[in-house]
Amino acid sequence: MIKLLSEFTAGERGKISKVTGEGRVRRRLFDMGVTPGAELIMRKKAPFGDPIEITLRGYELTLRKTEAACVEVEVL
Amino acid sequence: MKTFALAGNPNSGKTTLFNALTGSTAHVGNWPGVTVDKREGVYRGGAENVKIIDLPGIYSLSPYTPEEVISRNYIVGEQPDGIINIVDATNLERNLYLTTQLLETDVPVIIALNMMDEVEKAGDKIDAATLENALGVPVVEISALRGKGIKRLMDRAVAMGKERKGSTVLQAVLERQIQTACAYYAEEDVKSPLFHALKLLERDELELARKGAREALERAAAGEDLEAVIADERYKYICGNLCGAKIKKSDDGALTKSYRIDRVLTHRVWAIPIFALVMFLIFHLTFSENLLYLNGFTDSMGWMPSLVDLGLAAEEDGAIVYNNFGVELLSVIYDGAVFSPGVMLTNFLNVFLNHITDGVLTLMERGGAAEWSTGLVGDGILGGIFAVLGFLPQILTLFLLFSILEDTGYMARIAFVLDRLFRRFGLSGRAFLPMVMGFGCSIPATINTRTLADDRERTATIRVIPFFSCGAKLPILTACGGALCALAGMNNVEAITFGMYVLGVCAAVVCVLLMRNTSMRGETPPFIMELPAYHMPGFRNLLLHLWDKAKHFIKKAFTVIFASTVIVWLFSHLDWGWHYLADDKMNESILASLGMLIQPVFTPLGFGAQLGEFGWVFAVAAITGLIAKENVIATFGTLAGCVAALGGNIGGIDVNEVIGAIDGAADVTAMVSATGITGAGILAFIAFNMTTIPCFAACATARAELAKGKFKWTLLFWLAASAVISSAVYTVGEWWWTLFIWLAASAAVTALIVLRNTGKFDVFKAFHRRRK
Repeated sequence: MIKLLSEFTAGERGKISKVTGEGRVRRRLFDMGVTPGAELIMRKKAPFGDPIEITLRGYELTLRKTEAACVEVEVL
Repeated sequence: MKTFALAGNPNSGKTTLFNALTGSTAHVGNWPGVTVDKREGVYRGGAENVKIIDLPGIYSLSPYTPEEVISRNYIVGEQPDGIINIVDATNLERNLYLTTQLLETDVPVIIALNMMDEVEKAGDKIDAATLENALGVPVVEISALRGKGIKRLMDRAVAMGKERKGSTVLQAVLERQIQTACAYYAEEDVKSPLFHALKLLERDELELARKGAREALERAAAGEDLEAVIADERYKYICGNLCGAKIKKSDDGALTKSYRIDRVLTHRVWAIPIFALVMFLIFHLTFSENLLYLNGFTDSMGWMPSLVDLGLAAEEDGAIVYNNFGVELLSVIYDGAVFSPGVMLTNFLNVFLNHITDGVLTLMERGGAAEWSTGLVGDGILGGIFAVLGFLPQILTLFLLFSILEDTGYMARIAFVLDRLFRRFGLSGRAFLPMVMGFGCSIPATINTRTLADDRERTATIRVIPFFSCGAKLPILTACGGALCALAGMNNVEAITFGMYVLGVCAAVVCVLLMRNTSMRGETPPFIMELPAYHMPGFRNLLLHLWDKAKHFIKKAFTVIFASTVIVWLFSHLDWGWHYLADDKMNESILASLGMLIQPVFTPLGFGAQLGEFGWVFAVAAITGLIAKENVIATFGTLAGCVAALGGNIGGIDVNEVIGAIDGAADVTAMVSATGITGAGILAFIAFNMTTIPCFAACATARAELAKGKFKWTLLFWLAASAVISSAVYTVGEWWWTLFIWLAASAAVTALIVLRNTGKFDVFKAFHRRRK
């Protein structure tokens, strides 16, 4: 099943299948290791519900839901 | 001398390595993006000296933020003799992503595999030799924090050849495209053509700006989107060929140390209360005169005996005289209540400074020095400088506590926790660091805004940084707060100090909101940030950091502030005919007449014409504050002697108290009783100094960092903001019902802005139409 990273709940694992979006946000996501094929774990949401924290490529990354909505992930 | 550039991911230990190599005291923090400008140092540990350039931490060589552009331009444009690529061994995958790009340049590269001790501690292993074979460049294991492997790193770096041909891990996958792009750059005659060729294939903005680049890209990529392919292939190569060097023992899914800490510190419910508690503790430890609340929360609840009550000291002519030196030392930590560490250190330094002043003045009197010279030395020089220097311990304590937060990695979590809140104001959580750094000093804070990708967000942030009251403004807060407490008989200086800090933060929030909805409108910038692993702060780094700050402050005290206090003293003791005036003739001096000239300007702010005869001292103090904010209290310190000499004539002021104390609060108390300024007036005075134009140095930095033409508006903004804020503080403090007028005015402004932004009604346009 494929869903957007922004719809993940804490503790869910997945494998990135596609990164949409454009320009700088997309470039930044790539540079931070958010590329197709990478596996990730959704860790938690911040106290106000946004941004979210994920573990990917052995480190912790935080991004907002608007940016996470650019990432399509296959749920594992 | 050979030149090597240090390049690597933010938070990979780059600045620590730079410090270890050059012995410099550059600032290190556990936050992605602390180094924002390149710095130079010299490594002297080898056979030949080597110049080291510390570049800002970057994840990639794409031009995403100004700091990435700085690094890229340096590496590709200036072609150093070599790049020392520092790689965080605990996070090999993402760190090597940058390495694959560095290898595409023609500059020789050596890899410093940092934090190997942490990898071993976790039970993992990395084979440096395997990595070296796979990458084709030297790989050396180091621990920057413990200084291990650094000599070997530098020996191998110096021994590297001068030339290297760029190579790419993408050769096999994109052979044809790379060849076509390279053909274009061969004609362009650039350094490191392979690097440029790959950036072009990534549709890099800087490369596309080149003449003929778009056509070349079309020839090479044929409309295909290679950006995703390239990033993907880089990571695939790293996983397939390089990460094999790492043998992992622990499972990724296991709870790591950082994750366990974060279960508490970024908890859905507890994160905010914990953050508030941490902030409270920092201020309490620095400013409280009642550390353990043993003595109740206010003075009136106090039951613990003061030193006078215990018979260890006596009050004589308003000054406290201690029975012996031992009791004087005891008064450093206890007098009716246990003080906080920050206050203890301050008291200790003040005891020391008091004895110096006494000693110097006694010597001068015995030596038969003239009255004017003891006045100049005692009131002018020592009074001014010591009034400021006395606050150094509190500034350092505050700084130390903030540095610990930064070094451990907690600051980055605060950005994560507060981002949602910041977004409401049109900023990203990243703007939090420069703002908090503003509590230390506006200058590094302003430079640090380079980590913000969006120009409008940067401008708005730079403008409000001075509202985060810096170390130099701290004396104004505590001295004026202390005077206010003395006036009202409270013992809650910390509450006033904290309240003023909060006022500054609120002012910043309101101003950012205002700007982001009017002149600085724009979309909220993205927030994609690494949360670095927690670690214990390095003791040596903390000390270096503190020493740097102390050195800077002391240097300033003995140069700029020294000069200013001498000038203030001279102008307050000379009349227009250059005749010396005794202390009690201060009101005939040059300074007085100049002060009286500008005094009326401050009337709506509560410290202008209504203060009468001596009111000009506040105007003068505020103006001298533009040179350096420490001057505000230093000016009071210098003038306190004069006010004391006038003692009999004015508002029941106690001469001995002022002469006996070098404490800034006593100086302000003297000013208060001389002028009869009200509590609201003092608060407005603090608020004005906090929010008005910052010191010269901060202005110069802001000017350099802001886009062209923005600086004059920024100056105007500071003037307007401080006038509005402090007159609001004054009027509401003096006549509480004016609060409703201010509220109504802000509601009206808000309504007009909302109407304009929703496109319903534009006042400005309507006004123009009517005039036509």
